[in-house]
Amino acid sequence: MLTILALLPLVGGLVVWFLKGTMARYVGLAVALVTFVYSVVVAAVHLRGTDLSEHQVWIKAFGAYYALGLDGMGLLMVLLTTLLVPVVLLAEQRSDEEGRWGGQVWTGLVLILESLSLYVFLATDVLLFYIFFEATLIPMYFLIAGWGGPKRARAAVKFLLFSLAGGLVLLFSVIGLGISFANQGAPSYLIEDLVKLNVSPSTQMLLFLGFFVAFAVKAPMVPVHTWLPDAAEQATPATSTLLVGILDKIGTFGMIRFCIGLFPEASRLATPVVVVLALISILYGALAAIGQRNMLRLVAFTSVSHFGFMVLGVFALTTQSISGTIFYMVNHGFSTAVLFLVVGYLARRRGSVEITSLGGVFQVAPVMAGMLLLGGLASLSLPGMGSFVGEFLVLAGTWSRYPVIAAVGTLGTVLAALYILIMYQRTMTGPVTEQTREYVTSDATWRERLALAPVILALLVLGFFPKPVLDITDQTAKQSMTTLNVSDPAPTVGQGR
Amino acid sequence: MTTLLEIAAPTIEYRLLGPVLIVFVGACLGVLIEALVPRHLRDEGQLIVTGVSLLGALFVLWRTWGPDWRSVGAMGAVSVDGPTQAIWLLILVFALLSALLFAERRLSSGVTSFTPMAAAVPNSTLEREAAAARVEHTEVFPLLLFAVSGMLLFPAANDLLTMFVALEILSLPLYLLSGLARYRRLLSHEAALKYFLLGSLSSAIFLFGAALLYGYSGSFTFSVIDAAVATPTEHDTLLVTGMVMLMVGLLFKIGAVPFHSWTPDVYQGAPTPVTAFMAVCTKLAAIGALLRLLFVALGGSRWEWQPVVAGISVLTMLVGAVLAIVSRDIKRLLAYSSVTHAGFLLTAVVGASTMTTGLPVGQIGSAAAIVVYMAAYGFATLGAFGIVMMVRGVAGERNDLSAWQGIGRRHPWIGAAMTLFMLSFAGIPPTAGFIGKWAVFSAAWRGGYWWLVLIAVILSLVAAYFYLRVVAVMFFSEPATEVSDVHVVMPGLGTTVVIAVGAVMSVLLGILPGWIVDLAASASQLLR
Repeated sequence: MLTILALLPLVGGLVVWFLKGTMARYVGLAVALVTFVYSVVVAAVHLRGTDLSEHQVWIKAFGAYYALGLDGMGLLMVLLTTLLVPVVLLAEQRSDEEGRWGGQVWTGLVLILESLSLYVFLATDVLLFYIFFEATLIPMYFLIAGWGGPKRARAAVKFLLFSLAGGLVLLFSVIGLGISFANQGAPSYLIEDLVKLNVSPSTQMLLFLGFFVAFAVKAPMVPVHTWLPDAAEQATPATSTLLVGILDKIGTFGMIRFCIGLFPEASRLATPVVVVLALISILYGALAAIGQRNMLRLVAFTSVSHFGFMVLGVFALTTQSISGTIFYMVNHGFSTAVLFLVVGYLARRRGSVEITSLGGVFQVAPVMAGMLLLGGLASLSLPGMGSFVGEFLVLAGTWSRYPVIAAVGTLGTVLAALYILIMYQRTMTGPVTEQTREYVTSDATWRERLALAPVILALLVLGFFPKPVLDITDQTAKQSMTTLNVSDPAPTVGQGR
Repeated sequence: MTTLLEIAAPTIEYRLLGPVLIVFVGACLGVLIEALVPRHLRDEGQLIVTGVSLLGALFVLWRTWGPDWRSVGAMGAVSVDGPTQAIWLLILVFALLSALLFAERRLSSGVTSFTPMAAAVPNSTLEREAAAARVEHTEVFPLLLFAVSGMLLFPAANDLLTMFVALEILSLPLYLLSGLARYRRLLSHEAALKYFLLGSLSSAIFLFGAALLYGYSGSFTFSVIDAAVATPTEHDTLLVTGMVMLMVGLLFKIGAVPFHSWTPDVYQGAPTPVTAFMAVCTKLAAIGALLRLLFVALGGSRWEWQPVVAGISVLTMLVGAVLAIVSRDIKRLLAYSSVTHAGFLLTAVVGASTMTTGLPVGQIGSAAAIVVYMAAYGFATLGAFGIVMMVRGVAGERNDLSAWQGIGRRHPWIGAAMTLFMLSFAGIPPTAGFIGKWAVFSAAWRGGYWWLVLIAVILSLVAAYFYLRVVAVMFFSEPATEVSDVHVVMPGLGTTVVIAVGAVMSVLLGILPGWIVDLAASASQLLR
């Protein structure tokens, strides 16, 4: 069942490549919707308690298995992916472009990317995970390099080199992990076997570092974040949505599943350093976002800041903060999708997303401005939005262990209000500028509204009724805590460090 | 008196050595065809002989496959063990594909990639007349077969003399073949001459090393040398000097730094089918021979050669990758890439992990890792050179990267295939190259050389960059106007098959590598 889920978009993507024009767009959208519906069915079956995991020998000599499975976090990521892809396909208009590089190639690549990402979230074998982790780079490279701004080729290469560097460091660790485990007996890359790995602390630290660096590049942490603003600025907004909304989540996903899951002791040791790095990401990302003149870059930097929160939540090592992080990962996917896509709508009309080139959009296109405001408010974690719940849990959890860090981290949310609201004020409110009147002639079309409706709805629902989803995230968080062998600090005792 | 002159008739295991013998006989038949068959029939005749002998060799190999057959044959001169058979399998398959590239005619409107008259001065009347008369050198096929028979013997050689003879059998036809390009004759001459001079020098060094090792151990046979290494004497200088000289000879053929400098020139000048054949099969044979020499004969002194090979491996990866970044010619780029790959291969040799007796069941050691790596590398290389043959201008192929601009846009399938090969070279999953890389790095790590793996991983990134540049040039740069004579010619069946097989295998070995890994693991035991 999981295999079908993961292969569905791949097959669809390959079919779409052979179609033409509008046909490709509709078939692609249909495939994405079917995948979404199917993923909901899978989720329902999984939540009823059926064990869906699959398990087959893949490369015997390496101890690699074709093993897929679902847990709470994996399930949410799968749903996030399958929901965002149809949204993006609907929001982006590509079918009317020139010949061979038109809509069908783009749609096909997006679907292939979806399939590979699903495999990443489903794999329960480290080698299998690694293969798809790296494989996602190929369609993403072509998506960035093929469509977008004039400097996109450079941005794509930068993206690929950063990711490959991280991926190769990860390769080093994965090989080492396999060899270390094989030295204890039969080789195996199954996560359930690898948790029994017993190596010296220094080896564990070495392997942990490989994993952590790779995931830190993916979930762009300062100082290895520089590829993201460039990629987000040059790629089309739809591509950026997929990049930040889904692919970058692999970073935090991997930290929870692999860094903490496989190397609990090293994770505990590394915590102080990582937490400080995360804090730097939060503040640096937020400050940089305030200084941006390009809206896409701005959104990219907000993501750097938000990913800082997520990493902070993971390495604060409390049930609350880990659970909050997973919850936040989902909501961040939605809120950035809204921001990127609305900015994309603007870009299609105005041809530029420099903040100074816009002004008073609200009067011309109220719906578009409203959607941007909603996305922005979600991004700055207004109560009532899903991301508030996530960010609150992260900070509350962190507070119980590192009050000072949490206090400084809270600054990030204040800065978030600044960068979002300043941007909104400059572009949307105020008198209509001449340029805006000239270019932004129409409000969001029905297709554009329809694309974002489910995302905004999801943000609100998660904001007001977070309980069902929090139950799912708690499950993963508790499991991580058991692996880590740490218990939550007593809430009343703020003993600090 | 009779007792003095009596020479025991050598026993030859004809079935076991069948593959080598069949290819050799095929080569001789090819020479006879050149001598006896009328000109217009020669081409067909040569193709049939080449195909039949390579397929026949594969058939015999299949019939004698397995641990029951594997033994040291030909009175101790040849050792047909697991790695030998696995390397034979790859060499035969790749030679068959190379032969298809040799036979390609459609690309240059009905003639092969080889010069009409090699003996003529470039651009002379004689040459032009020969070209006009559509004269052809069909000798390339017997030359190919001779080279293949040498390559089959090379990794199987169980004493230094056999190894040297095999080295010469495989080298001499290659020197000749390099000089036979139809276009850019001078470049081709230069390549042949360079290859020949440097090659004979390295052969001489190899021979000198063999002599020194004979002086040390009193024998050419690997097992005797092994025994001599195990008993320490005061003649260690002889051993170390001899060892180094033998390694120089072999590393030259592999194309490892600092013995790599011939690679770009020869790869560029030689006819592309020959380049493809050399890049794959020579490397395969040479790495097999190196493996046997180091593991079987000199295994006892591996503490001496491991650091040396590790150093060479780092240098090879580094120099190959850096020089590939600055090369503007696709064949030179692929040449440097092959140098880099030699470095990656050597990491597995350094690991020497089949040598430690405690290898757990079902895991792969150095020999198996090399087989897996070469399988991935071979298919990608043959396919890539097949595509190189298709990009042509008015005078033969256009190898400068500027001619490749925008090819992926105009010909998506060709661009996609080349991208696939580049990804496989770069070792990005889910392509075959990744599995190969995985195998050799694992072998190195298992031998305790984790720092070598770290360096190799970092240099993989450098390598990935220049492969990526080829992809970017094909897809994301607009064709310049001054190279408007560039066109992509659709090839004949042979080249199409090579490219298709290369592409399919590059994906298949990446997604379902189980069978090749198991096959390699089942054939990883070196016989002493």
